[in-house]
Amino acid sequence: MSNEVIIKNAVKKYGDFTALNGVSLDIHEGEFFTLLGPSGCGKTTLLRMIAGFNSIEGGEFYFGDKLINDVPAHKRDIGMVFQNYAIFPHLDVKDNVAYGLKARNVPKNQIAPKVKEALELVQIAHLADRKPNELSGGQQQRVALARAFVIEPSVLLMDEPLSNLDAKLRVQMRTVIKKLQRRLGITTIYVTHDQEEALAISDRIAVMKDGHIMQIGTPSEIYAKPQNPFVAGFIGVSNFLDCEVDKDGMTVIKNELKIKVPLRKPYAGAAKLSARPEQLFFSKEGMPGTVQLSTFLGDFIEYEVKLDDGQELIINEYTKDTSEIHTDGEKVFISFDPDRVSLYEAETEEVISQ
Amino acid sequence: MKNETVKSKWRPDFWFFTKLIVIVVMCLFIIYPFYTIITKSIFSNKVEGVTLYNFKRFFTKPYYYKALLRSLFVCLMTVLTTTLIGVPVAYLMTRYNIPGKNILHIFIIMSLMSPPFIGAYSWIILLGRNGIFAKLLNTIGLTAPTIYGRGGIIFVFTLHLFPYIYLYTSGAMNSIDSSLEEAGENLGMNKLRRIWTITLPVILPSILAGCVMVFMTCLADFGTPMLLGEGYVVLPVLVYNEYMSESAVNPYMASALSVIIVLCSLLVLVFQKLVIDKRNYQMSSLRPPQEIQLHGWKRFLASLPIYLIVFIAFLPQIVVVCQSFVERSFSGVVKGINLNNYRSIMSRLGGNIRNTYVFSLIAIVFIIIVGILVSYILVRKKGKVANFIDLLIMFPYVIPGSVLGIGLIVAFNRKPIVLVGTAAIMIISYVIRKLPYTVRSGTAFLYQLDPSVEEASINLGVSPMKTFFTVTARMMLPGVMSGAVLSWITCINELSSSIMLYSGKTSTIAVAIYQEVVRMSDGTAGALATILTVTTIISLVIVFRLTKGKVKIV
Repeated sequence: MSNEVIIKNAVKKYGDFTALNGVSLDIHEGEFFTLLGPSGCGKTTLLRMIAGFNSIEGGEFYFGDKLINDVPAHKRDIGMVFQNYAIFPHLDVKDNVAYGLKARNVPKNQIAPKVKEALELVQIAHLADRKPNELSGGQQQRVALARAFVIEPSVLLMDEPLSNLDAKLRVQMRTVIKKLQRRLGITTIYVTHDQEEALAISDRIAVMKDGHIMQIGTPSEIYAKPQNPFVAGFIGVSNFLDCEVDKDGMTVIKNELKIKVPLRKPYAGAAKLSARPEQLFFSKEGMPGTVQLSTFLGDFIEYEVKLDDGQELIINEYTKDTSEIHTDGEKVFISFDPDRVSLYEAETEEVISQ
Repeated sequence: MKNETVKSKWRPDFWFFTKLIVIVVMCLFIIYPFYTIITKSIFSNKVEGVTLYNFKRFFTKPYYYKALLRSLFVCLMTVLTTTLIGVPVAYLMTRYNIPGKNILHIFIIMSLMSPPFIGAYSWIILLGRNGIFAKLLNTIGLTAPTIYGRGGIIFVFTLHLFPYIYLYTSGAMNSIDSSLEEAGENLGMNKLRRIWTITLPVILPSILAGCVMVFMTCLADFGTPMLLGEGYVVLPVLVYNEYMSESAVNPYMASALSVIIVLCSLLVLVFQKLVIDKRNYQMSSLRPPQEIQLHGWKRFLASLPIYLIVFIAFLPQIVVVCQSFVERSFSGVVKGINLNNYRSIMSRLGGNIRNTYVFSLIAIVFIIIVGILVSYILVRKKGKVANFIDLLIMFPYVIPGSVLGIGLIVAFNRKPIVLVGTAAIMIISYVIRKLPYTVRSGTAFLYQLDPSVEEASINLGVSPMKTFFTVTARMMLPGVMSGAVLSWITCINELSSSIMLYSGKTSTIAVAIYQEVVRMSDGTAGALATILTVTTIISLVIVFRLTKGKVKIV
């Protein structure tokens, strides 16, 4: 059986509230796939439907070519790491890890070596006899990981596994998880609301909002080419500018700046432009404004610029690309790189830039 | 540079005096009486000087050691039966959509808070020699199972005490994060094995804690075995007999028996500290378990046993209220349905009623004041002294009411302090025995309060003592009050120490009920019990209001 996960038109309803509204996904074998979105977007709901803890109101869930809609959770053969780890408090570390093997009636003499190997992989073999209340958060996290993959599941699910850790440990554990996943090659579905974490850890990301998938792509695709203003705003920092595409295909911003942004289809009318702070730059002409605050951050300088019409922009300038630092109160003109910014139809918010 | 540390001069503050007063008072009314009991237990009127005569007699004479065995048997059997009822009820109530579960929950709490001996009395009315059910069964040629003796005591204890197991277990069931069972399911365990390998082991410490409460209550309870036991004499009854029986008052033997009871409960408490508390799993329930929706006959089958149990457990309350309106002649013939029983108790036992409320009210005022101060010391002034006070406050848990009663009598029936026969000694015993409810509720509440609120007040220039009274004490009031109402309920229903301590002028409703039942005067006993039951229900409604339904009995 191939270990890809295919979801067709998943629907989840809580009373009148639709938590998932026809979500389709195709997760490849061995892939590290992340569901990313703000709280309430349906990402955990979807993960729990895959695990079998939420009922499926509509749609089809396949592991390979096997339909799993009606397979009970304890027969789905999925590893899962819970947000609060769900370590069994009455069992010590090795019994926690052995639990799933016992459920599978693995012969006793094979359980111990498998547990040992799993604990070694997450580097806590020396803690095998500890009770959960004697473990730190990071160690509990490792137990949860070992317990999930020791059963050699076809799919590994992780529900915000790092959210209970402090910032430093979070970065450390995310590397542990990524390396482990590469090494074991388990198809992994990961849920997080932290866009930085998602970018760092994933092969591909599905950005979700209000029960819909807004965009699926590799971290660099999603960052560089956000398909709608929501993704542009949610992933990284974006400046949004109202503009007009005239009949010649030129993008006009408040009659001050007129640049040709390459379009994927002919369009004329109101539009919205999103630009990363590093895609904006100071130039001799463009949108006039005043530097409000310049912050020197080492490798780059961050500027807050207030345009003359009152809108505020964030502009990053790499230290190595510039010789002078603009001072607060300085009058400047802002322009942008037309090949890199994104342009959306004002009404449908559909992307029109290439 | 001078290598001297500047020591600030120590000055006794408000809290120093509070601790001092609490310790002195507690020592006077707990340690000193118990010390007197111990010294009495090693003397005898048969032997000169210090002797183990009483203990030797206890372990050699069947009349004595059998009472201990009976007590242990009744306690263990009750622990077993209450667990068999309480755990499944808790499981069904927390996990399934039992209709009207909030009301059922309140009814279960009410049957726990009702005076224990009223259960015994009601079951005598139903299944006793002239019992209503017994007669009914007789007319169709069946013999009702007897309510007297061993079986009856266990039966009544079970119905009265299974709520402890229910409350402890459902508390634990609600605090298990659902991810724990989901993890088991995800790892491939089916439902029954999941309950067996995860749910039960995780809630086991809570079940055991409930078992300890049941055991201690059984061991200490006097009213139920006294009314139902007949020939089956258990320890508290034996203590009472030894001390109160008109034929041969033997305070030495009664003291020795008291020491033995206290040792038993101490052993149980040590077991709790060593075995149970260590295994208590602190859980942060992010997602409490979801209620499973049953439909049709499945829902009916899950609900039926709960309704039956709650109905049977609550039946005594209904019976006493009905009984109170039935006027009977001396031979037991029904003369009519009217308010004559109430008229009779008002004219004859008005003093008892007044005493009950006055004593309990005075006791509760002390309990609230001491409860606030002690809770604060236990939570915010941690240290050796606080630990000692904690120990003193919880000591009455292991001392049955009748034993505390004897202790107070033997300690205060001679100079320098003579209190026996006064209202003061009744009130003191109430305060000592019922304070733990308030302290526990107060400390639990105080742990939730952020100390920064007090610090803010002090920082703004209000002295610590003034801060305590204007800010902290006021914030603690809801927590302390809900505990105080529970203390109040147990005060008005108190029998086991009252029956030792009362005199003609200081008798209470509970004592009067006991005497009326013994006198077979069911109607007046019913009227008195109805007064207690109604007061209990009203008080419980107040607790539910105060805590917005989240009452913590255990």
